[in-house]
Amino acid sequence: MGFWHVLWPTGLFSNAAVVTAFRIGSAVAVVNAVVGVFVVIRGQAFSGHALGDVGATGAAGAYLAGITALWGFLAAGFSSGMAIESLGHRVRERDVATGVVLAFMLGLSALFLYLISALTETSGAPIAILFGSLFTVAPGMTGYVLGLSLSALLLLGIIFRPLLFSSVTPDVARVRGVSPRLVGLLFMVSLVVAVEESALVVGALLSTALLIGPAAIATKLSRQPLTSMALAMAIGVFTTWLGIILAYDSFLWPPLNRGWPISFFITSLMLLSYLTVQIASGRQRRSNAATALTDFGNLSTEREAWW
Amino acid sequence: MRREDPEIKGRPVTQGAAPVTATATQDEAVLQISDLSVTYGARVVLDQINLSIRRGELVGIIGPNGAGKSTLLRAIAGLLRPDRGTIRFARAHGGTPRASRAQAQLGYVPQRIEMDPDVPLRACDVVGLGFDGHRFGLSWPNALKRQAVDRALALVEASEFGQSLVGRLSGGQLQRILIAQALVSEPSILLLDEPLSSLDLRSADAVVSIVDRVAHQSGVSVLLVTHDMNPLLRAMDRIIYVVNGRAVIGSVDEVVRPEVLKSLYGYDVDVVRVRGRILVVGDEEYGDEANRFHHHAP
Ligand SMILES: Nc1ncnc2c1ncn2[C@@H]1O[C@H](COP(=O)(O)OP(=O)(O)OP(=O)(O)O)[C@@H](O)[C@H]1O
Ligand SMILES: [Mg+2]
Repeated sequence: MGFWHVLWPTGLFSNAAVVTAFRIGSAVAVVNAVVGVFVVIRGQAFSGHALGDVGATGAAGAYLAGITALWGFLAAGFSSGMAIESLGHRVRERDVATGVVLAFMLGLSALFLYLISALTETSGAPIAILFGSLFTVAPGMTGYVLGLSLSALLLLGIIFRPLLFSSVTPDVARVRGVSPRLVGLLFMVSLVVAVEESALVVGALLSTALLIGPAAIATKLSRQPLTSMALAMAIGVFTTWLGIILAYDSFLWPPLNRGWPISFFITSLMLLSYLTVQIASGRQRRSNAATALTDFGNLSTEREAWW
Repeated sequence: MRREDPEIKGRPVTQGAAPVTATATQDEAVLQISDLSVTYGARVVLDQINLSIRRGELVGIIGPNGAGKSTLLRAIAGLLRPDRGTIRFARAHGGTPRASRAQAQLGYVPQRIEMDPDVPLRACDVVGLGFDGHRFGLSWPNALKRQAVDRALALVEASEFGQSLVGRLSGGQLQRILIAQALVSEPSILLLDEPLSSLDLRSADAVVSIVDRVAHQSGVSVLLVTHDMNPLLRAMDRIIYVVNGRAVIGSVDEVVRPEVLKSLYGYDVDVVRVRGRILVVGDEEYGDEANRFHHHAP
């Protein structure tokens, strides 16, 4: 089999956990791509990141209470998201409000994680919460994740234009009858869904990998929101699939039969794509500069000839 | 003929300035402000403003920094709630000023906006938001919208950078895109907050020509805030002079006179007219202030 077993490992699709991972991973990547483009346009990356971090508190609480991690992620995300939205309106205020809420929630998660390690035998739970455990998600969650993702996409489709309007020229949008508060709040709802679902896949700490990464790459490459979103989806889904395949294959890597964390693969692939785009666009810029220089050179040669 | 004589060289003033009383209401008034006051905490920013704006007139709003010009515009636009007074609008298609703000169809161009260079939006997309950005749902490609956007871009002479990323436009280009965004909604009242401030002389002149056309050919009432009245002199019908939250409206000749300005500033100012330009110069003691804001060497 040689090298190809890496990209097409034996038994990939006959493994139920892997199939679930593909389904959930794809849905999550798609939602995050779409929401991420708005996050980039609105300069809300910090809120997104904070919502992921506070998810850890919720998931730890859920673990203590014996319920599914996703509900914990969502509960913490929604309460923090609403707190952030109601505390801060402007970008600066919002960042300060986010910082305050984030600090409190992280303090709470320190307590929860301590309680988990003090009260239970498992040592894997904190790691799973913080860094993701896509292969351990119960297949029964697939329906919920798909439903949530579709709802978030639907919501974004409805508020698409007013959201864009109030992100770009908020005062003009208000004069035209858009309520930036309402639209911002509804966007926060879809942001929470995207980030907390993502926390399930790559973990609370890395949940913005699928949110910011593909969107940042896509917005560099395109000139319109919808094409950015399509491109971000492609990048996100592709990276997630490749991450899943590599993580599955890594069960054969040392230490044997343990498997490397899927988040490692996804974030590394994302960094790789981002760097590629950066370098490519840098080269583009340099070649533009070079063309300009050449033009200038031609100009001076012409001038010399003229002289 | 709609306009006052743009030649302002020492023409005798026939009417007294109207120290902003509400009465000038006419059938054609599209906007009527009565007794408008705005305060921030204990600070009175607008103090009992009364004025009415007619259909299709171009009105310049001038005054020193912090005078309350933007506040006046934002109050008209509904972006802040006045502490006292009323602002009434006429319907877009006529009638006495009784309609709501939405029925009046306002266009607003803010003093400045910030835009990240990587935002994936073309200039024409931003203009398009002025057309249907307030509607819910996705927008499908539609010929009506494309035509309206193209027309607005052409009107502000921005067609050539309509496809550029909006975050990479120069200040003056962005300013024109924002004007196009306001125009594409076919407003009956256009509010512009310092649209000339980041423009070189040529571009400022182009924008003045645009608003001149919009007001005097399309019948849109234009309120335009500026620090320097001179670029506007050739097109402006009336002027609102704002100082310390108080305002006087009238023709340039009625308003920009030492007696009137003294009552606003509270100290002596001279009005100097050279080469068709007007400079407002304060006392030596206050000279700096008045100079800084209204003196622009040709
Ligand atoms: N949100 C606010 N809170 C408190 N004070 C404010 C606020 N906005 C404006 N002000 C004050 O109101 C006064 C008028 O402000 P405004 O922006 O209307 O002035 P302006 O005439 O537009 O000045 P500029 O020429 O500098 O744009 C200023 O003294 C300003 O400090
Ligand atoms: Mg201002």
